[in-house]
Amino acid sequence: MIRLIPPISNDDIKTLKVGEKVLITGTIYTARDQAHLRLVKEDAPAFDLEGAVIFYVGPTPAKEGQVIGSSGPTSSYRMDELAVPLMERGVKLMIGKGDRSKAYQEAMRKNNATYLIATGGAGALLASKIKKRTLLMYEDLGPEAVYALEVEDFPCFVAYDVYGNSIFKGGTDG
Amino acid sequence: MRKIKPESITQVIKKSLLKINYELEDSFVITLKKARDKEKNELSKSIMDDIIENQDIAKKGMNPLCQDTGVVVIFAKIGQDAYIDGDLYDSINEGVRQAYKEGYLRKSVVNHPFERQNTKDNTPAIIHTSLVKGDKITFKIAAKGAGSENMSKVVMLKPSDGIEGVKKLVKDTVFNAGGKPCPPIIVGIGLGGNLEKSALLAKEALLRDLDDTNEDPTLNELENTLLKEINELGVGPMGVGGETTCVGVKINSYPMHIASLPVAINIQCHANRHDEVSI
Repeated sequence: MIRLIPPISNDDIKTLKVGEKVLITGTIYTARDQAHLRLVKEDAPAFDLEGAVIFYVGPTPAKEGQVIGSSGPTSSYRMDELAVPLMERGVKLMIGKGDRSKAYQEAMRKNNATYLIATGGAGALLASKIKKRTLLMYEDLGPEAVYALEVEDFPCFVAYDVYGNSIFKGGTDG
Repeated sequence: MRKIKPESITQVIKKSLLKINYELEDSFVITLKKARDKEKNELSKSIMDDIIENQDIAKKGMNPLCQDTGVVVIFAKIGQDAYIDGDLYDSINEGVRQAYKEGYLRKSVVNHPFERQNTKDNTPAIIHTSLVKGDKITFKIAAKGAGSENMSKVVMLKPSDGIEGVKKLVKDTVFNAGGKPCPPIIVGIGLGGNLEKSALLAKEALLRDLDDTNEDPTLNELENTLLKEINELGVGPMGVGGETTCVGVKINSYPMHIASLPVAINIQCHANRHDEVSI
């Protein structure tokens, strides 16, 4: 098991190998379909992309007293193309579920980045690892807005590494 | 004629949606635990552990199992001797509205293919009605997430493709979907009818009890064979490889044109949220 604290360095990326469990503690950022469409056009997003961790999630509304509602990963393939320019600008880790295109994997390796999966559908469990939530951008997108999440021991698995390996059996991979 | 008040429809729909979004059926949890015990490698086991721990946390805290609380799908079987004292569709949608607002469920419905403005109350539900004998209304209710729905399809096979053609199509579809529909999955298959009928058959097949038996011996055997062969594909929990890709295959059929063999494949994720209530 590997513990990571963002921002993520190139040396951190080298330690990540397919199938390993990773626990993240620190700040990660939420973004999915609509937020990606906008983020790629932003000259200066409200957070530093260098070494950033992006979590593909659209949570349920928080009840009173809760930090966040259920927060499991969404399918990553929808962000394949839009993730590339963000990796070119420094994003190092992306957390979602399911396999991704060949083009994405190539861009990931070229930019020294890595793809992690969190257990899909485990929204209540993953929410329990999120300790604080701050709205950063695109409030009008509702559940798709960009938030900074402070996480503690947020559980993921390395799905593609920079050595050309994949965790997946099945899927189309492009 | 038996009079049914619209408010009572709203109440049963709301109550059911709150329940299914927070807790899985006990029998389904047992199925998931059995699947976990079959896994041989640590990674697949660990993912099944997460899924099982998740339903426990969700149930205890009355939190949604999954952040994708879905689009609501309703099959309303209306007794022809029942009289609805109001608008059926409005009363169902009011139940959806109240459940998704008061239950802190995510509003996942947008208005238009391209405008994509959120309707902000998760309405409208997708409602299918049919007339049956009697004076009751039976609702089959599902909260259907997009991850698994997006991996579903309808294909018009040739009649000569036969049973082997159907098997190949289903297995290819499940394999190519990989981890995206959140396995362990349930596969609902609609065979026959036409384009839209096959899709409805597949959706309704997903709402059957996992441990029921198909009355058609050929289809019953096909369900069992496909379940075994899908699990031999090795896709595994969340696509990371393993023993259990699928925990149930359900096939519903209908007569069709001499020249057609429509096949609809509808995939359900492990957050198997459905219910049946009568009023």
